[in-house]
Amino acid sequence: MTPTPKTCALCSKFRAIIKRPKTGQQICKECFFFVFETEVHNTITEAKLFSRGDRVAIGASGGKDSTVLAHVMKALNERYGYGLDLYLLSIDEGITGYRDDSLETVKRNQQQYSMPLKILSYDELYGWTMDAIVSQIGKKNNCTFCGVFRRQALDRGAAMLKVDHIVTGHNADDIAETVLMNIMRGDIARLGRCTLICTEGEDTIKRSKPFKYAYEKEIVMYAYFKRLDYFSTECIYSPDAYRGHARTFLKDLESARPSAIIDIIHSGEAFEVKEEVRKGQKAQQTCRKCGYMSSNDLCKACTLLEGLEKGLAEARIIDVGGRTGSHEMPPEEPREVTKLDPS
Amino acid sequence: MPDSQPDSSHSDSNLSQNEPKIPLRVEFSGGLELLFSNQRSHRITLPSTVPHGDGTTKPTDITYLIDWLRRNLLKERAELFTDGATVRPGILVLVNDSDWELEGEGDYQLRPGDEIVFISTLHGG
Repeated sequence: MTPTPKTCALCSKFRAIIKRPKTGQQICKECFFFVFETEVHNTITEAKLFSRGDRVAIGASGGKDSTVLAHVMKALNERYGYGLDLYLLSIDEGITGYRDDSLETVKRNQQQYSMPLKILSYDELYGWTMDAIVSQIGKKNNCTFCGVFRRQALDRGAAMLKVDHIVTGHNADDIAETVLMNIMRGDIARLGRCTLICTEGEDTIKRSKPFKYAYEKEIVMYAYFKRLDYFSTECIYSPDAYRGHARTFLKDLESARPSAIIDIIHSGEAFEVKEEVRKGQKAQQTCRKCGYMSSNDLCKACTLLEGLEKGLAEARIIDVGGRTGSHEMPPEEPREVTKLDPS
Repeated sequence: MPDSQPDSSHSDSNLSQNEPKIPLRVEFSGGLELLFSNQRSHRITLPSTVPHGDGTTKPTDITYLIDWLRRNLLKERAELFTDGATVRPGILVLVNDSDWELEGEGDYQLRPGDEIVFISTLHGG
């Protein structure tokens, strides 16, 4: 059977082209663009993410999420007069045949959106490319290195650009996945943080996720209908297997009930951590080698680098609570942060 | 991204000369093209009716198309494209630029000239 074309539930004028996963509403292309952008605007204003005059770096990988984020941030900044100075910040992990290609996409975005672009490489920051790391340690734990290094690299790049704020393309699906992973690992500290829309990192540079409530389906549809230029090749090194399982599970849940994604984020937000559990968590300090914030004497990046320098094939890092951290958090997850001065 | 590659043409070898045929354009993106010879756009021709068990036939629908693509065009890692008789969760399907969820999903009956797009949402952000 071929159903007759449906009319947009919002404007009642044009043919519906998408069924919204969040609401089940069937809407036309123009209304879809408008509601998608307006919801991101509402997320930004309700969380009071920015102030006029802020310098904001968009963490740009050339992939779908950050490409759509750059497009939407530019559109909203102009439409609503946020008064933001927007920059693109990209990290070059040094992965031949993957990141070098995606950086070409970012360079085109720089032209398309006329935003200044800063590219910072692992090589210049740490003296190691991911290619070199993988040739030394193999493909088993390399996502751990990449995740730890990228998190710090974004902060370093932001400091160089003198920005107040980094925004990343993490979407509702990513956050729901992270909630599930943190529950499965019993990682209470991260469970509490991973649903926060905004966290504060090194040198009070804020990090936030304007797509916290945006479904991946809608981001991809938005990119498709706007004909946005993005890069979609899987990293050539082994993917994060644990996240892969969480992702498949989440996508299966979403097929059965599309609200599952928002429901899981809500569950993550609603958790309350008992005082005894909270007391067990480590206090924050600074790394004795590089001065970066850390929950140990040495920060994770320096620990990993030491291991590499020593030629240790299995550089393991000690996680909050003493577990070994072979399952690292997603690349742009906020680091452990203790606000020393809450006033 | 601009589509620099030419379309490839395939047709179902079981087609008899007189049977009505459905020419289609199929496109893969979001990384799915890697499973299909790294080629985004394909032109194919399917019969207008297909076997439906017990000697009966049914009009050719997207469920049949998905199975046909898996058997004829897919080059590697079928589990990244299909899951049972449908696409793997996380793959978006558009029928003539409209979400297939509005068109009856797998039951949508194909018409000559239809353009079916498969987009993976599963590759990096």
